[in-house]
Amino acid sequence: MSTRINVTVNGLQYSHMVEPRLLLVNYLRDVLRLTGTHVGCDTSSCGACTIHVNGKATKCCTLLAVQADGCEITTIEGLSHNGELHPLQEGFNECHGLQCGFCTPGMIMMAADLLQHNPQPTEESIRHALEGNFCRCTGYQNIVKSVQYAAEKMKMSEAVH
Amino acid sequence: MSTNGLIGRSVKRVEDKRFTTGHGNYTDDIILPQQTYAVFVRSQYAHARIVRVDTSVARAMPGVIAIFTGADLANVNGVPCGWQVNFKNGDTMKEPKHPLLVADKARHVGDAIAIVIAESKDQATDAAEAVEVELEELPCVVDAYKAVQPGAALVHDDVPNNKSFDWALGNPLEEVKEAMDKATHVTTLEFVNQRLVPNAIEPRSYNSSYDPVSEKYTLYTSSQNPHLIRLLMCAFVLGIPEHKVRVVSPDVGGGFGSKIFHYTEEALLTWCSKQLNRPVKWTSERSESFLLDAHGRDHVTKAEMGFDEEGKIVALRVKTYANLGAYLSTFSSCIPTYLHGTLLQGLYTTPKINVDVTAVFTNTTPVDAYRGAGRPEATYLLERLIDLAALEMDVDPADLRFRNFIPPFDGVQQPGYQTQVALQYDSGNYEGVLKKGLEMVNYPEVRRAQQEAAHNGKLVGIGFSTYIEACGIAPSAVVGSLGCRAGLFEVGQVRVQPTGKVSVYTGSHSHGQGHETTFAQIVADKLGINLTDVEVVHGDSDSVAFGMGTYGSRSLAVGGSAIMKSIEKIIEKGKKIAAHKLEASADDIEFASGKFTVKGTDRSIGFGEIALTAYVPHVYPKDLEPGLDFSSFYDPANFTYPFGCHIAVVEVDKETGKVSLKRFVAVDDVGNVINPMIVEGQIHGGVVQGIGQALFEGAEYDENGQLTNGSYMDYCMPRADDLPMFETASQVTPCPHNPLGVKGAGEAGTIGSAPAIVNAVIDALWSGGHKVKDIRMPLTSERVWRAMNELIS
Repeated sequence: MSTRINVTVNGLQYSHMVEPRLLLVNYLRDVLRLTGTHVGCDTSSCGACTIHVNGKATKCCTLLAVQADGCEITTIEGLSHNGELHPLQEGFNECHGLQCGFCTPGMIMMAADLLQHNPQPTEESIRHALEGNFCRCTGYQNIVKSVQYAAEKMKMSEAVH
Repeated sequence: MSTNGLIGRSVKRVEDKRFTTGHGNYTDDIILPQQTYAVFVRSQYAHARIVRVDTSVARAMPGVIAIFTGADLANVNGVPCGWQVNFKNGDTMKEPKHPLLVADKARHVGDAIAIVIAESKDQATDAAEAVEVELEELPCVVDAYKAVQPGAALVHDDVPNNKSFDWALGNPLEEVKEAMDKATHVTTLEFVNQRLVPNAIEPRSYNSSYDPVSEKYTLYTSSQNPHLIRLLMCAFVLGIPEHKVRVVSPDVGGGFGSKIFHYTEEALLTWCSKQLNRPVKWTSERSESFLLDAHGRDHVTKAEMGFDEEGKIVALRVKTYANLGAYLSTFSSCIPTYLHGTLLQGLYTTPKINVDVTAVFTNTTPVDAYRGAGRPEATYLLERLIDLAALEMDVDPADLRFRNFIPPFDGVQQPGYQTQVALQYDSGNYEGVLKKGLEMVNYPEVRRAQQEAAHNGKLVGIGFSTYIEACGIAPSAVVGSLGCRAGLFEVGQVRVQPTGKVSVYTGSHSHGQGHETTFAQIVADKLGINLTDVEVVHGDSDSVAFGMGTYGSRSLAVGGSAIMKSIEKIIEKGKKIAAHKLEASADDIEFASGKFTVKGTDRSIGFGEIALTAYVPHVYPKDLEPGLDFSSFYDPANFTYPFGCHIAVVEVDKETGKVSLKRFVAVDDVGNVINPMIVEGQIHGGVVQGIGQALFEGAEYDENGQLTNGSYMDYCMPRADDLPMFETASQVTPCPHNPLGVKGAGEAGTIGSAPAIVNAVIDALWSGGHKVKDIRMPLTSERVWRAMNELIS
């Protein structure tokens, strides 16, 4: 028995009939074909599936698509605007915050949530905010620096505006 | 040859944008027309006879297309082992079949009994649950040492004592015993190098299809070496013609060794795709990854290191039981032998060494290469022994190393260093990295702080690890003589397009290492062109002529060298074209900064014009073929031998046993460096995997062969808030035998780091009067607390 859901993803409205057991991450990946959100585990431990649901970082591998009915969702594909990279996307490149790239979308979405609430985080608060996201490649050091880079850049651009 | 300064610069990675914007293309992202989905029925027991498999109910369920069991594959070969090791008496290793689906008995939890293929993954999952399997549970073996004892259950009925092989290397045992008898101090250590789960964050994924018109297969695979998978699958498993198989490894989300191997699912999905004439896809769930991706390490070892009165090592004797799991994975046999025993010289002048290894089957997940592969085990053994010896003899551990280091040699003026365990080191300056490490950590200050802490009832410790490894794998003739069933060269093609833009095709595979940047830096530097004018293509057997893939820190040393050979051919041909156009002799043409110039004149032609001329050969040498496109095979002359010094400073909480890593200093010498930013990133990641082994990780099996921590909720891996900022530095001792002078950086961090941490904890405990020899990794609070309170035997 399928159920209708209406969601807004990266600013576009969608309406689909979905099975009640369909996970939100599989809805995004297999139905909408937004494959930037990854599945690294099935216990919401790794954070590769982190997206924003109603503006809040959420691990969508343990959320059902039907639970997202009426929600506004942002995925990694919706983070940059008008072809301009988000400061975090730029920071991860500048500071070599990624290697294989698999954890990167989740890591960036989690960091974006942090910077919304804490625009000038300390190293400790960055590490604390990202402790739910596994990276097996970088050892996290350059990820921390990437987030610091983005925070600095956002501060500077705010000062200009 | 020209240089525009790109080599040696921390160029930002060109591949990053697709990953940071969500446009990477991993295997699980691919859905093909007419896609079907596979789910496996797996054994829940570690060892069980398969009594009955009934698929009748499942077959009738919605969406089910096919179900295959072991009986359907009776005539299909198993996946092969790529390296033959012989018993000490010369007999060939025991190499039981590793079937795609088991028909007789399951030999580890997760062994595949049936594959269910349906229109959707949910339908396949539902049907898999409806497959009725009757299993008769059998007694099992888990521990390598126990498995070889009389009366132990047999994993394979035809492998006595569960022994795949026994093996020895080095000086005759009698000579080693004699030297050990003369030692004034012998440090003995019995320890476990625990089993680790590699845990690349992208689970393994395969999608295989068959086109009945062209009779061609395409396999998308999350593999570190697509060509090798094609070779093994075609020639050894399925017997299908290689030219009718395309293997593609698109973006791959980390490997760390676990994605080198040819897994049963790759061949099985490919076989199924032909039976069904439809593409079949399977992506491992994390719980399956824990049970199926080849694990690493798992050695039980007794080692003795003897010293004379001056603190010089006089002998080393090692006995190891290596757990290989239930089947021989692709490179499993060479890891505890040729990648472990051969490294036991370490950085020291030890004159007598003997290593003896017994490789054992158990009812556990197969064990194979995991980042470092054998070399971390060797380093852990040596570096634990020497730090412990220093404590026992009341000598400074840095000083003890200085007394034993092999003196510096560059491999050019001074010859390479011949070890007692088969290898010849290429070049090294071992005291250099330790000196630098001591400066960086400010050693006297750390020792002073340690004394002060002890005075205040706190436990601070400093631990060292000075490591060497053998990578840049490997000279084909050498590994062939040791039993490797493949060559280990690499292929690099450089295709200059008519407009002077360059496409590079490499048999190396990047799954995080940044080849698209590093290799482009080399080509752009040497040809004097812009980085953006070079594209690096890898991972597709239809594009890249051949390749042996990425593992053993070999991409730059072997793959990069193959590209260098092609660049040299490009320049040589370019000179001939330029000479013709400039009406000079080719011998008088020099190439620098992207220009071909007649020596001593200002007459020159740019690289772009030469490229165009090669493809529009109107004014052209008569005896020269058109085109500017060369492919080269590079087979290295020797392994490369990176080395370094890692130093950890820890604090141990007396009340709880909790270890806090305060500082971590790493000085690594990986030869010449193309991109320092990328090398540093490799060191960071490697170091953290070593820290993971020391402090957090370890696969735990119960006596029934059940992996009791097979999920991210239970298996502890380092997270961002577990770690300090690392202090890293590099020393450069170029490799003398490859054109780039590079050694390799992928595994160094992991090889060096774990013993530094454990040594630091032991040092901390000794500073408080707890004279503990060993604590089993990972050093959890409980284990450290128990050690301090003498609650372990």
